[in-house]
Formats: sequence, structure tokens, C-alpha cells
Amino acid sequence: MSIIAEYGPILLIMACVFGVFMAWGVGANDVANAMGTSVGSGALTVKQAILIAMIFEFAGAYLAGGEVTSTIRKGIIDPGIFTDTPELLVYGMLSALLAAGTWLLVASTLGWPVSTTHSIVGAIVGFAAVGISVDAVAWGKVGTIVMSWVVSPVLAGTMSFGLFRSVQWLILNKPDPFEQAKRFIPVYMFLVGFLIAMVTILKGLKHVFKDIGFIVSFVDAIMIAAAVGILVALIGNYFLGRIQKDEKAEVNNRFANVERVFAVLMVFTACAMAFAHGSNDVANAVGPMAAVISIINTGTVTAKSAMPAWVLLLGGAGIVVGLATYGVKVMATIGKRITELTPSRGFAAELGAAATVVFASGTGLPISTTHTLVGAVLGVGMARGIGALNLRVISTIFMSWIVTLPAGAGLAIIFFFLFKGIFSA
Amino acid sequence: MAISSPFSKMFGSSPIKPMQEHMKVARDTAAQLIPFFEAAIADDWVKADKIQQKIAELENDADKLKKALRLQLPKSLFLPVPRSDLLQLLSMQDRIPNRAKDIAGIMLGREMGFPKPLQKPMLGFVTAAVATSEQALKAINELDELLEAGFSGRELKIVEKLIKELDSLENKTDKLQIKIRATLFKLEADLPPVDVMFLYRIFEWVGDLADRSQAVGSRLQMLLAR
Repeated sequence: MSIIAEYGPILLIMACVFGVFMAWGVGANDVANAMGTSVGSGALTVKQAILIAMIFEFAGAYLAGGEVTSTIRKGIIDPGIFTDTPELLVYGMLSALLAAGTWLLVASTLGWPVSTTHSIVGAIVGFAAVGISVDAVAWGKVGTIVMSWVVSPVLAGTMSFGLFRSVQWLILNKPDPFEQAKRFIPVYMFLVGFLIAMVTILKGLKHVFKDIGFIVSFVDAIMIAAAVGILVALIGNYFLGRIQKDEKAEVNNRFANVERVFAVLMVFTACAMAFAHGSNDVANAVGPMAAVISIINTGTVTAKSAMPAWVLLLGGAGIVVGLATYGVKVMATIGKRITELTPSRGFAAELGAAATVVFASGTGLPISTTHTLVGAVLGVGMARGIGALNLRVISTIFMSWIVTLPAGAGLAIIFFFLFKGIFSA
Repeated sequence: MAISSPFSKMFGSSPIKPMQEHMKVARDTAAQLIPFFEAAIADDWVKADKIQQKIAELENDADKLKKALRLQLPKSLFLPVPRSDLLQLLSMQDRIPNRAKDIAGIMLGREMGFPKPLQKPMLGFVTAAVATSEQALKAINELDELLEAGFSGRELKIVEKLIKELDSLENKTDKLQIKIRATLFKLEADLPPVDVMFLYRIFEWVGDLADRSQAVGSRLQMLLAR
């Protein structure tokens, strides 16, 4: 208690700095993966992608990021153990942020595959298990999280497979794919709107509604989400109506015009992807920061305390800065590499991944957006939709697990004892 | 900072476009045979020599494309169609320019002319054989549309129709070959026997050019059959 009273402001500033550092890493690296598909398929320019990412990452974090933030903040560790020594939790969370942020920076510099989610989870588990005690880790929850890392790519792949098959069936294999595309694409747009609205109502606005005494039942939520979905579809339909068939484009490929229609859809799925990413990955930076801030403000480890809005704002700002300073470059590079993914496939991959990530966010599971997207793209590949996929990437993912978890944990342990030595000695 | 992410690494370069490019060069090589035979019939061996060089160059280009594409298809790649099917289709395509080069080479080497009654049927025969390679290219050019449609549905029918047309073109070449052989048979007593022997060989090879184009279609059909 005394330590916190004494060093409170310093620790608070450190939490903010490390948190923004981590958020910068997320923005520089992860967002580019999430949005690269849209850039690569030519549906969006890099500038447009950045703009969409800024708006929807933030919306996702703010409206649907609460559950994952709370998992990172107090789900992985058992807060009960820290009741008498809240400063240890502060050091721990600070070291986790710094460790994950540093590891992201180092690994990106060396060109190694990393996942921001895995770094932070590894770091938190590391400091808690080694720095405090093995019992400080809520192993049951950690087990669930690790399981979700296996399940999420598979689930996303299955959904994308189904989505692409439906596109083949409804649009591509018809004699008039262009007209069919215009007819059925609003349905997919409806799905995008419905998905985001549903998660927002059930997770994000739950507390807001409760405060104003407005009780939303599950059926109500479905009705509202459906209304939002229809609205989104109508907006999309307007833009679809402006696309005219260009006969010249069909000389080389009869599906050139169909792809132009799908490109419109991809703008919508890109929004969903950014929203999903925001809802899941902003927590990686904001969660530990929020934990530190709430302890410093209250002086105790309270399991229940509202997260100040400015913490989310800071996390969001960090991501935007990361995106603007470095993410732009990554996005342009990734976009150039994945031109094989045309909008009709890219949308299926994005929607499958976004749905999975948003669902995980709703249940408070921190998953890797990138890995989920990889699973989704493989799903489209299984439906024979992509020219060539490098299966070695799967081993790369396993490598990133094997390397990132201990690296994040090891760094966190070092930083933890460093902070403990500095402040508690 | 090096830019690397498992996500962008998972996209290999699609073999579909290179396959189509290779087939285009194969067709171009075969198509050179028409001016080559015209020059041979006109007894213009300077011009024929130039065209033969062009044919050799194109054949070389096709070889280079073939090798580059093979290197681009490591076993770890996940493709929408079996890798072995693609590689075999590529080998089939590559046999067309090889045959065209054989024909031009031996004709130039022996400065083979054609007796008057054979000249017109010979040109017709070569043109028909080249048309089969053109049709094979048309079928191969559907590969990107096939990929777009996920190798299923209506697009398969379009390709099947193209392959059927290819078969009938090859059939037509066969008939022309029988006819021209019969014409030569009536003339052969008056011609130097060695020349006759080589004329028969040229007929055989031109017919083979059409066969090889048809084989590309058959291989494509097997690739699509599931």
C-alpha cells in the first residue's frame, strides 16, 4: 500500500507508456495482417484501409472489447492472491506489457512470426507463475485460452469454406454471375451488419442499457441486429447499384466484373475485420494497463471496478499511431504479396475470421487474429479457391507458439524482478 | 524492421498464369510453321532459315518457362488441383514446340521442297495442325476462369465443350493426313526414294503436332475429372 502511495504517479505514467508501446506494436504489426487482405485484393487502397482500421478498430475496442480486456486484466491470474500485495500485481502487469512490447519489437525486427496475443498471455502467465507462485495462475482459464487458439483457426476455416461454397453455388456457377452477385451480395452484407450489431448489443451496450433501465432480451437483440443488418444491406445495395458492367474488362477473364461487385462487399467485411480485431486485440495493451490503473486509483485489487474510458482511448490512440507510423508500410508490403486473393475469396476469408474473432471476444477469449485469418484463408483454399498456398506457414505458426510463449514469459520474469528490485527494495 | 508475417507468407504465386503463358508460347512456336512451309514451298531458304531460328528461340523460351514453373511448384504448396496433374499438363504442353522445332529443323537441313501436287494439301494440313494448338491454347486459357469458379459447375462444361472441339479439329487433321499420304503414294514412283521417305516423316510429324495438342486437352480433362 505504501509503495503504491509513494510511487503511484510514476507507476501510473509507466503503465501508460508501456501500454501505448504495446498498443503501438499491435497497430504496427497486427492490424496490417487484418487489413492486408482487402488491400491485396485491390478492394481498398492503403489510405482507405487505414481510415477504416482507425474507425472500426476503435469502435470494436470500445463497444465489444470489454470481455477480453477483463480476461487479460484479471482472468489469467487469480486476483485473490494479490489482496495483501497489490504492488506485486502492478509490477507484474508492467513487466508483462514491457516484455510483450519488447518481444514484438525484437521479433518484428528479426522478421520472426509473432502474435501479440500470445506474447501478452505468455508474459502474464510467466510473471505470475515464476514471480509469485504457480497457484497465482488461473490454469483452468489458461487451458481454455490455449484450446481456443487451436479451435479458432479451425472454426474460421470451416466458416470461410462454407461461405465460399455458398458463393460458388449462388453466384459463380450460374450463367449470369454478375446479376447473381448483385442479387445475393446484400445478403452477405446483412450478415456483416447483423454480426457486429449482435455483439455490440449483447456485450458492449449491455451495461449502458442496464443503466438506463432498458432490458434487452435475446429476441430483442436479434430484432435490433436484424434491423441494423437490413440497413447495412440497403446501404451496400446502393453502392452495388452504381457498378456498371464493363464489357472490355471481360476479354481476359469472364469474372472480372463479378470481382468488381465483390470488391464492394469487401469494404464491408474489412470494416467487420477491423471491428473484430479491435474487440480482441486492443485488450492486449489495455488490459494490463487497466489493471495497474485500477490498483493505483483504489489501492486495492478489486475484482470489480469500472475501467476508465480514457484507458481505452489511450489504447486506441496507440494503435492508430502504430498504424500510421509503421503499419502503413507493412500493409503495403502485405498487400503486394497477396494479390492472388481476389475479392470473392478475400471476403469469405475475412467474414469467417471476423465472425470467429468477434465470437471469441464475446466470450472473453483472447485469440490471435492473424492465426484465425490464416485458418480462414486455408478454408477457402480447401474449397479450391486459391491458386497456391504455402503450407509451410502452418509450421511457422507452431514455431511462433513455441518461441513466443517462453520468450514473452522469460522477458516478463526478468522485468518483474527488476521492478521489484527497484521499487520494493 | 524486416516485414514478415505468417499471413503474407502463406500466399504462394499461382501457377495458373504461368501455365497459360507457357501454352501461348507453345502455340506461337507451332504457328510459325505456316510461314515456314510457305517459304519452303516457295523455295526461299533464306527466309525459311530465319523462321527456323525464330522457332528455335520460341522453343527455348517455352523450355525456360517450363523450368521456372517447375521450380515454382515445391511439394509444400497447397494447390486447388493436384500438383502432379499440373506438372504433367505442363509436360504435355511442352511437347508441342519440341515437335515444331523437329519439323523445321529437318526440313531446313535437307532443304525439302514439295512436288507441285502436294503443295496446297500440305499447307492445308499444316494449317489444320496449327489450329489444334490454337484450340488447345483456348482450353488452357480457361484455367483462370476455372480457378475463379473453384473448378466446378458451369465452367467445367465450357471447358469440356472446348476440348470436344479440339478433338474434332484433331480428327480433321487426321483425315487430311490420310489424304495427303494417298496423294504422295501416287507420286512416289517418280520421286527420289530418300525424299519420299522424309516427306512421309514430315506428314507423320505434322500429324503428331495435332496429336500432341489434343493430348493437352485430354490431360486437362483428366485434371478436371473428379
